[in-house]
Amino acid sequence: MNAMHAGIRKTLVIAATLISIGAVTGCHKKASGIDPNALGPAPAPPAAAPTATITADPLAIDLGQSVVLNWRTQNATSVTIDGIGDVSTNGTQTVAPSTSTNFHLTAKGDGGSTEANVRVTVRVPVAPTAPPPADNDMGTDAAFHENVQDVFFDYDSYDLRPDATAAASKAAAYLTAHPAIRVVIGGYCDDRGSAEYNLALGENRANAARTALVSAGVQASRLRVISYGKEKQFCTEDNESCWQQNRRAQFSLDR
Amino acid sequence: MPRMKRTTFLWRAYVGCLETLLLLLAGASALHAQEGFKTETSSGVSNIRIAVADFKPASVDPQTAAFKHTFDTTLFADLGNAGIFDIVSKSLLPQADPGAPAEIKIQQWADAPTSAAMVAFGNFSVQGSKIICNGFLFDAKNLQYPQVLAKQYNEDASDDSARQIAHRFADEIIFRLSGGSQGIAESKIYYVKLAGANKEIWQMDYDGANQHPITHLGTVSISPRISPDNSRLAFSSLGHDGFQIRMFSLVLNRMVNFASVGGTNLSPAWSPNGKDIAYSSSRSGDPEIWISDTSGNSPRRITNFRGPDVSPVFNPRTGSQIAWISGRTNLPQLYVMDIDGSNVQRMTDGGYATSPSWSPNGQFLTFAWDRKYGPGAPGGQDIYVMEIATKRWIQLTHDGGRCDFPSWSPDGRHIVYANSPDGKATHMKIMTMLADGTQKHELTGAGADMPNWSWK
Repeated sequence: MNAMHAGIRKTLVIAATLISIGAVTGCHKKASGIDPNALGPAPAPPAAAPTATITADPLAIDLGQSVVLNWRTQNATSVTIDGIGDVSTNGTQTVAPSTSTNFHLTAKGDGGSTEANVRVTVRVPVAPTAPPPADNDMGTDAAFHENVQDVFFDYDSYDLRPDATAAASKAAAYLTAHPAIRVVIGGYCDDRGSAEYNLALGENRANAARTALVSAGVQASRLRVISYGKEKQFCTEDNESCWQQNRRAQFSLDR
Repeated sequence: MPRMKRTTFLWRAYVGCLETLLLLLAGASALHAQEGFKTETSSGVSNIRIAVADFKPASVDPQTAAFKHTFDTTLFADLGNAGIFDIVSKSLLPQADPGAPAEIKIQQWADAPTSAAMVAFGNFSVQGSKIICNGFLFDAKNLQYPQVLAKQYNEDASDDSARQIAHRFADEIIFRLSGGSQGIAESKIYYVKLAGANKEIWQMDYDGANQHPITHLGTVSISPRISPDNSRLAFSSLGHDGFQIRMFSLVLNRMVNFASVGGTNLSPAWSPNGKDIAYSSSRSGDPEIWISDTSGNSPRRITNFRGPDVSPVFNPRTGSQIAWISGRTNLPQLYVMDIDGSNVQRMTDGGYATSPSWSPNGQFLTFAWDRKYGPGAPGGQDIYVMEIATKRWIQLTHDGGRCDFPSWSPDGRHIVYANSPDGKATHMKIMTMLADGTQKHELTGAGADMPNWSWK
């Protein structure tokens, strides 16, 4: 909940910042006109329209797993989520949908109503139908991504998390079984911080993932590293689940 | 590092030659009494009061009025932007606009309410396909020999010409009255323009006019850096093997060679003699600062420490030092070293510091800094100026959203930077301000980032 409080505080800070900017910018020349800062406070606005956001973490699960819904609203008096019912104005809830589901949130307040959506994808296992790959086959993207999973990082860090070593062993086994596969490792960062520094950090992240694969027995010549920094984002929301998605080293088939 | 309150700073008034003389006559005791550090910006109190008359139309060509309007507004804005003048409001000027020295009654301009110390005036005509413009600067306090400056311009008739003539005349006036500091009205700003998922390098005049693209590469190109002689533009561009340093010749109007190497190659910086490029390269596996010639040849590695090293910038006065950003102790901090990699000195004491730019006089660094960086921290990323000798700093932007990529103007009196009020990358726009944080105004709309001010 600490993170949520921080989030609310941040929202308020942003709102206050936007108001102050509105008062300050537009004053192109000091020499002419009236200084808008010298004027009194603006009259109180009418009841503000409610705002609402809803997120799910993770956005995709296997059948039987659960996700955490997290919603935040402002200026709302009643909030409902389809399939769950009336809920508090801000909160979290764990759900385990059996099929891919749209969670639809409606927030009503004095200033009107608003809606927010998040879609949770549920992966239902299907029996494999493809023939076993030949040696010169790079395999399917799906099989690749199932075995060679993206590596996620803590904020402003390029150190591998403890679970990354096990993932690297699994990835190395798959890559050893499919010697035709060559891999691009992309380094990514969330969109906070500065573009140039994040590109260097993304390079360190991709290299950390590369080192883990090499240590697990994959030939270095099969691996190519590219840092994208924050130039290519997987999502653009201003919250931790999105930032976490962006802080990754992503493996792709180098075709 | 002492945290200095802004109010304790005594800003040195940027004085023109006349005031300098007075100051010298009065004794320099005032200077000795100053504490804190000084940037070359004005404080507002001792600015020269200058009246700028609308130029007198001297032709009947129908284009005259439109071009003259461009000229008049540009000249007025240039002198206002310079930060060393107290410009007389146009409503306080005498009724008649003089077009030539014989037509001006200088006493009228010296008297209240105009009370001008200096008067800029002249005439403007369109003759055939040419603009003919005569500009004068008169000293209103010197009734006997008032003329300080007389200039004639003869250029092709176009709106851009009218603007460039105004820039040149403004720079002449600023040069005369600032004690020899070159004006910046003819300088350019290079920047990154968002184009869908791509980013291209654009150019504009220092006042935001004349915005136009330089590159058409159809990929993500960032970190434009103009060479000291304005002939070449270095930047970094995303290709098949990641980001590489690229070079565009503004003389040939096409890309020219810069050797490609492995790894991510970023954030080029020109040495002041125009012969070397410093940049971040991970060809050895870890992002380090390298220096090569301007074709990418003779590369040599300068730093050697695990963690990101990026955004180098040469000391433009000596060429013998580099400031850069390093993540060797976790969060990125500002460092200074000699160009052989020795004498490494950490400048910031914490937070998240990025994007340094070195002042033309070599004394200051401006950079972006989030002093309270972290999850849930209330900090914002703002523009700071640090005096290198003392590591004392001041904050120039406050509560205006995310700020980044400050870049000094050639005269060291202005800083251009990128600002996003709500922090979103797509809402970045380019702003300029005086180096003391005053007179902020926008140069572009949203979708513009990473400005770099030309060296002259």
